Amino acid sequence: MAPTLLSGNEAIARGAWEAGVRFGVGYPGTPSTEILIALAKLPGVRCEWAPNEKVALESAIGASMAGHRSLVTMKHVGLNVAADPLMTLAYTGVSGGLVVLVADDPGMHSSQNEQDSRHWGPFGKVPVLEPSDSGEALAMVRDAFGLSERLDMPILVRSTTRLSHGKSLVEVGERAEVRGSPFRKSPSKWVMVPGNARGRRVDLEKRLERARAESGSCSYTVEEMRDPALGIVCSGVVYQYVREALPDASTLRIGMSFPLPEERVRVFAAKVDRLIVVEELDPYLRSSLAAMGLTVDPMAAPHVGELSTGKVAAAFGVAPLETREPMHDLPARPPMLCAGCPHRGVFVALRAMGAVVQGDIGCYALAAAPPLSAMDSCVDMGASIGMAHGMSLANAVDGEVRPPVVAVIGDSTFAHSGMTGLLNSVYNNGDETIVILDNRTTAMTGHQDNPFTGRTLMGDPAPDIDIEGVARALGVTSVVTVNPNLLKPTAKALAEAVASPGVSVVIAKAPCALLDKEQHDPFAVDEETCNACGECVRLGCPAISRDPAGKAVIDTAQCVGCRQCVQVCRYGAIIRVGRACDIGSGL
Amino acid sequence: MSVTSVMLVGVGGQGTILASDVLAKVAAASGLDVKLSEVHGMSQRGGSVDTVVRFGEKVYSPTIDPGMADHLVSFELIEAARWLHWLKPDGRLVVNNRLIASLPMLTGDCGIPTGLEAALAYEGAVFLDAEELACEAGSPRSANIVLMGALSVGLPFPADVWRQVIAKRVPAKTVDGNLAAFERGRKACADGECDA
Repeated sequence: MAPTLLSGNEAIARGAWEAGVRFGVGYPGTPSTEILIALAKLPGVRCEWAPNEKVALESAIGASMAGHRSLVTMKHVGLNVAADPLMTLAYTGVSGGLVVLVADDPGMHSSQNEQDSRHWGPFGKVPVLEPSDSGEALAMVRDAFGLSERLDMPILVRSTTRLSHGKSLVEVGERAEVRGSPFRKSPSKWVMVPGNARGRRVDLEKRLERARAESGSCSYTVEEMRDPALGIVCSGVVYQYVREALPDASTLRIGMSFPLPEERVRVFAAKVDRLIVVEELDPYLRSSLAAMGLTVDPMAAPHVGELSTGKVAAAFGVAPLETREPMHDLPARPPMLCAGCPHRGVFVALRAMGAVVQGDIGCYALAAAPPLSAMDSCVDMGASIGMAHGMSLANAVDGEVRPPVVAVIGDSTFAHSGMTGLLNSVYNNGDETIVILDNRTTAMTGHQDNPFTGRTLMGDPAPDIDIEGVARALGVTSVVTVNPNLLKPTAKALAEAVASPGVSVVIAKAPCALLDKEQHDPFAVDEETCNACGECVRLGCPAISRDPAGKAVIDTAQCVGCRQCVQVCRYGAIIRVGRACDIGSGL
Repeated sequence: MSVTSVMLVGVGGQGTILASDVLAKVAAASGLDVKLSEVHGMSQRGGSVDTVVRFGEKVYSPTIDPGMADHLVSFELIEAARWLHWLKPDGRLVVNNRLIASLPMLTGDCGIPTGLEAALAYEGAVFLDAEELACEAGSPRSANIVLMGALSVGLPFPADVWRQVIAKRVPAKTVDGNLAAFERGRKACADGECDA
């Protein structure tokens, strides 16, 4: 069969499927999202989006207990949320093979930090595998389930952006139908009360010893002897950079980076004159080798951001390539809220109020940038509500009058970890306003469903869970829903919410502009009437620009007819027009 | 055979990802090793985007560094200038002659750059109006495939392989339009209208 071109994420899904996985669960997060989307299209697997990574891992543990092979996927920061079950999972071990797929984002293409997930190996006492391309991702994930069962341990497979979103050729295989033994009572294994946990802690050491043996014979750890003058130890996609930058160097590519195949590392070290670890992010392997007592020369490549062939070459003194002169003074092109994005209406109102806006993770983080400049923080999933609570209550201690504090959080993020924050605000007599930006999807990661969209990952209808009802159930008495595309009612609702004592929730509900199926005619600017005040331009809509005279111009090809600009124009200069020749921008 | 690196750059939403997938499949169908790298997520919201396709007998890295691209296809003028130094000094530069304003330009915080076309022409760019050609092909949203047609002239793959891959890859209803778009882009360059 001809090899197939698969992304790392598709290959991971395929590998899990070939291993007979029965249950796939996760929370969307770049660069891991497409794994479950691909897996859900393959037969015989139950796949679902959990509201967060902790619930996802717990669901996978439950499936594993009953003997089903299970895959759980998340991005690096998601594993922080799932850390609680993970840290005890090595104690209980598994029944059906359980693979935790975590995708790191070196260089932070789409993340708030670039933490190195390999540390979870020694920290959680969980074996870690690191594939270096799609083919290896498929094979490693496929084999990881059996490894998990042999070791009675979960297996962490660590991907990175360049693996997950890179494509390469793979050989696909058939599915193995594997059915583990059904659940049997075993309190000493599954009930981690102290008396049992102490026993499992001792047993874990024995399992780690077996894991070390498995690592020693792992076929994904590959020694390639070339010139013995330089020996490079590396793992994951970094291997590819090393091979290209230093074609003559000998390499030891580590397939299982926890536990390390110590004997094989020593054998390799003895064969080469100079031993250097090349790795992305933290000096994880280097520290491990140094702890083994090996002499490891320092790596000159940076520990911040992504590596590349060029960066590795430069670190070893290879002369840089001849390049063309870069062009300077080009306008930056940051990402921005789409034309017709319903979030915009909320931020326009918050900007006008001068509110301190505690933000969250989602497309709306783009509202922090000019010209909206209407979001003041972005830390982690669900942070906005707790941060607004802490700020408003601490502010109130001295009784000074300060700007209102408002939290903004998306529908999926609210489901992920906003609900407990809201419960806390009510319980502790908070005095803040929480805006739930309900655009009926998980937009930033590519429009995944969530508990509030009424549809599952498998495409099945789900119960219509009403956010307003959830907020009331959590004890909020002041709850209103507005259409954020209607600017005045939105501003009024926000002003009332801020003025009312206690916790208020405003739900700004309108579908993501990219999903809104309704076709609205676009608008144009009447040049005669426009007086170049720039108010519409301050919306930061990609469809609105200014001509040399400062007058507004609307790109009718981009305009989706949301009417927000019409409402801010005091001169009535923005008028509806028919759609001209539809020159789109690609497929 | 050495490795050939093609870089596709543009603005999020322009269809660079589909175009890169077509190119990678063409190379794979020609029996070559292929790797591709793209970035999803935040940058897709109207930000600057880049994808890289590399093919040859054996490809290691899925990404490249400045000075490594044999071909740079830019879907937009400013992005062509931004990524220019990623192109080898003797590489081929194909540019869609279209300027998309970025947010700082829309708000007036940053002027519209002038002289881009002249500067890119000096760098050996071949220009085409992909949107116009796509419209002519009766498929306004297939500018990305027009650009693949223009790229194809500089690559060693038979046109038939391209056609087969495009027909399989694009939505069924759009196959004819995309194939016509591919021919427009190819012809624009083959006729010397845009080729340097």
